[in-house]
Amino acid sequence: MILRLATQSLLARALTVGMTVLAIALSVALFLGVEKVRTGARASFADTISGTDLIVGARSGSVQLLLYSVFRIGNATNNVSWESYQDIAARPEVDWIVPISLGDSHRQFRVMGTTPAFFEHYKYRGGRSLEIPEGHGLQDLYDAVIGADVAAALGYAVGDPIVVSHGLASFTDHDDQPFRIAGIIGKTGTPVDRTVIVSLEAIEAIHVDWQGGGQTGQSTPVEVIRSMDLTPSAITAALVGTESRLQIFGLQRWINEYPEEPLLAILPGVALQELWQIVGVAETALIGVSAMVVITALIGMMAMIFSSLNERRREMAIWRAMGARPATILGLLVLEAMLMAAAGAVLGLTLLYLGLAVAQPLVDAAAGIWLPIEPPTLREVWGLGIVIAAAGLASLVPALRAYRLSLADGMMVRT
Amino acid sequence: MTDPALVLTDVTYSWPGRGGFSLSCPDFRMAAGESVLLLGASGSGKSTLLSLVCGIVTAISGSVSVDGTDLSTLRAGARDRFRAERIGVIFQQFNLLPYARVVDNILLPLRFAPMRRSRAAPGDAARLCIALGLPGDILTTQAGRLSVGQQQRVAVARALIGAPPLIVADEPTSALDAATQDTFLSLLFDQTARTGSSLLMVSHDERLGARFDRVVRIEDIVTSWKAAA
Repeated sequence: MILRLATQSLLARALTVGMTVLAIALSVALFLGVEKVRTGARASFADTISGTDLIVGARSGSVQLLLYSVFRIGNATNNVSWESYQDIAARPEVDWIVPISLGDSHRQFRVMGTTPAFFEHYKYRGGRSLEIPEGHGLQDLYDAVIGADVAAALGYAVGDPIVVSHGLASFTDHDDQPFRIAGIIGKTGTPVDRTVIVSLEAIEAIHVDWQGGGQTGQSTPVEVIRSMDLTPSAITAALVGTESRLQIFGLQRWINEYPEEPLLAILPGVALQELWQIVGVAETALIGVSAMVVITALIGMMAMIFSSLNERRREMAIWRAMGARPATILGLLVLEAMLMAAAGAVLGLTLLYLGLAVAQPLVDAAAGIWLPIEPPTLREVWGLGIVIAAAGLASLVPALRAYRLSLADGMMVRT
Repeated sequence: MTDPALVLTDVTYSWPGRGGFSLSCPDFRMAAGESVLLLGASGSGKSTLLSLVCGIVTAISGSVSVDGTDLSTLRAGARDRFRAERIGVIFQQFNLLPYARVVDNILLPLRFAPMRRSRAAPGDAARLCIALGLPGDILTTQAGRLSVGQQQRVAVARALIGAPPLIVADEPTSALDAATQDTFLSLLFDQTARTGSSLLMVSHDERLGARFDRVVRIEDIVTSWKAAA
């Protein structure tokens, strides 16, 4: 009965209560939204690479190597020579090794040179392999396999010609050697979606007439190039799988101490952890700001309860005359506050899911972060519980004032 | 019900910090089932007396007994429960929670009074409403939508539900016009007679006196003064 009366009392003040609930709802939606984006971003990053034990590149920072080799963010400062690559590939611990060569682009997308083994060994989202639903993998020298986003953004279909540009954001095209789109990779939610994949030899082929970063002016005919030895002299990085997980650290140490060339081998998971530590500060700041917004909304609610106290003194007197203790009146106000917060939480969740439904494809396209629409996690449910409890706590301040007022007024308020 | 409905003996009280308003009541009693009209102008200590009777405040000295129980022996929480169990209260106006349905308003005191609740039969709220001349479908109406006269009758139904031994009414007719006043009082007397409750009504209107067993002027039983600041 008390619960029903509290609800009716709130409904009778629909406008002010509605505003307060809306403020709480928006703050809750923001708070949960930040949390969703945060976990979504982490999950997207963590899902990008799995099954790879080591990433090898020229010596630099481990986060940098991870970013440019897997996420295509930033650039390599140096290359790994083909001899070093072969030395590593010859190690007994190595089960498989996939070379990667980066540096060229097509429109806004990066071009990656690799071997067909990439399609065999690159795994994402807990062991899933790349699939090529349209067309086939790399077979001919001038075959290109493109990611789903590349195909969608540029409207490419299997069989279309595609010209690779030299370098990134460059105006020089390798237009003397056009590629043909051999296959389109199914959507993965990883940077592969935004990558044009060609063979390692093809990267070498389009640079035949280039020396030291400039075009030599001559144009070797395609037939001649096809007959040339297209073994690269250097690669950007390599993905390595070991025979046994126990050998990872031994191999890592061997590569890091490789005498011929300064190399760096990293464990993707460890480098991701380092990345989180860097990103963590910004994450904490975001969570802090959104928590402050929730607190602001709760303070607004507190002010609203305070300002309603005077006009409700008569009501309090009625409760007292009917035998309600001052503690009951305190409880009533706290209950009302928690009902408002609960309504705000539910409305906030609704707003969040509406927002997610709208933003999901946009965020995926713009940032490559997949925001899953799934039931609230235990952590989020706890968060909502804490918001409701905090509302109860905040309302204690005006409720205690009502308690004192009702003690002083008794049932004899003259209005 | 051999216990008197109300006994005040050597009661003194002064409000903390309200200009030092103080009052003493050496002796006042009401028999069970008696109806008493307490006449007094505003500022004569009526409100303070009612607060003492209802156990909202406790006497500094002396004793206030309602239905045989000395209120000063009860702790604050027990006094609140006692009020819910034994006293039906009717105010001048604004008696009801405007947002709640009539039936919830009538049943509200029972929420705090288990014994009184067990005395009330399920159909009592509806029966009281009909006996008080209210339309049958009023129970589910929001109290705030009723006319003042209807609200006062609902307040009577609320005071009488579960038949508390004492009904305290603080100028319940002052918001009503003369014709409505008369009907209201008739209904109030009919129903208190039915439940056997005593009725203590405070008013400044002497014309109401004829209906009551006894008319008492407040200045005859209470001395009040403002302490020098």
